[in-house]
Amino acid sequence: MPDKRDKHKSKYTLDRGMPGAFEGETITRRRFMTGTAHGAGAVAAASFALPALGFAFGPIFKSTPHRWEVVGNVDLFPDNNYIPVVLTVTPNIGEAGKTTVYVRKFNPEIDTDPYDQGTPYIAISSRCAHVGCPVRWVDASERFICPCHGGVYDLLGRRVGGPPVRPLDRFYTRVNGENVEVGPRFSVNSQLRRFSPRDPGEPLDGIGQYLYPSRPGAQKL
Amino acid sequence: MPKLPAPPLPAPLRTPPPRPGQGNGKSGPVEDAKQAGITVVDWVDERTSLSGAARWMMFRKVPKGTNWFYTLGSATMFAFLSQAVTGVFLAMYYRPDPAGGAYESIRYVTNDVFLGQFVRGMHKWGSSVMVVLVFLHMGRTFFFGAYKYPRELNWVIGVVLLILTMVMSFTGYLLPFDQRAYWATIVGVNINGTGPLVGPYLSDFLRGGSEFGATTLSRFYAIHMLLVPGLIAALLGAHLYLVAKLGTTAPPWRKAEKRKELRETEV
Repeated sequence: MPDKRDKHKSKYTLDRGMPGAFEGETITRRRFMTGTAHGAGAVAAASFALPALGFAFGPIFKSTPHRWEVVGNVDLFPDNNYIPVVLTVTPNIGEAGKTTVYVRKFNPEIDTDPYDQGTPYIAISSRCAHVGCPVRWVDASERFICPCHGGVYDLLGRRVGGPPVRPLDRFYTRVNGENVEVGPRFSVNSQLRRFSPRDPGEPLDGIGQYLYPSRPGAQKL
Repeated sequence: MPKLPAPPLPAPLRTPPPRPGQGNGKSGPVEDAKQAGITVVDWVDERTSLSGAARWMMFRKVPKGTNWFYTLGSATMFAFLSQAVTGVFLAMYYRPDPAGGAYESIRYVTNDVFLGQFVRGMHKWGSSVMVVLVFLHMGRTFFFGAYKYPRELNWVIGVVLLILTMVMSFTGYLLPFDQRAYWATIVGVNINGTGPLVGPYLSDFLRGGSEFGATTLSRFYAIHMLLVPGLIAALLGAHLYLVAKLGTTAPPWRKAEKRKELRETEV
């Protein structure tokens, strides 16, 4: 709407004959009061809105400490078959914080990929790379099979069928004395190159690693 | 209701209609109660002018051809009100504790609380009813062309309400915290995560961290019972205001009636 009031008025208070005006002043008392009231309102709203937003979004930027958990004796795990162990990902919330990991000793004849050299044990996550259902190791067919949508993975966790977009995630392993310890999670692409852990359903080949960036809360070692 | 005709009695036998100030200065308890009610309503109305708003909202002109399909919006609203009321009472028993307390509190409501299974059943099945009604209402609006000028903004508000209803369904599904609730939420959060660039951060926001954690359940509970119901109630108010302001549309099969003097003369 065109404002006729200001059309013939100068923006200078002096020209408009205001009492106490001085050379070059454009801020009238009305403008000053309006601006101050809006500014004070914005400060008051921001003082509760910003902390609340930070409170809600804070966990995205919080990095969780790496946990190492003893899963068994070094002799427990063969080098040609998987042993399922239960790992606590989030402590103190019961079953909801646990996940199954399939562990096997490093086998130089099978694990020929350069990224796996020097790893004492191979620990493969049971979390399907499609949308996160729990996969099961089927010994007879030497495949990981997902019950939800039919994802199938081979002995190394690489996808051989179904909708998953990348191989099964893995966990870091180390030997501490006589015990095998399983540490933080990492994701792999189809060449088994290691990446910071991604959620299921996020591909890591080609442009995928940039479309689905790693998050501050979950980083590889 | 049409008034019945007076019986054909001779004039002296007819009871005269009551007049104000008559009755020998006495009034019965019914009249007193009526008068008290009128006084209270008048007192409030004199200070708020609410009766004008109520008249504006309720006594609207509706187009010819208005039919049962026009009740789907109100039906959706009543489904929401039912969810709100049953949800408030379920919240009196529910405990968002992922270490077994949530499941136990739902088990307690279902098995032990008087009428608990019924109220929980209303909330559980009512959510599906609400989603179905939302879509039927949306279909009615679409097929009757009721989204067209000047009602586009009301369509937009309706779409936001549809999305919020979906958010309610998603966040409410986790709360029983049984196997189905847990795995459905894992899958749902991971589907959110497949959105490029923002997906990973969105799923972290929903979980409150990079893994399903101790605060995921309480986060879903807060979104389900505090954040989204407030938004739905506010937008529902705006939705209703626009319906009352703009009026409803006639069904598309109804042709506009021209006034006689505007009709073209037959040649």
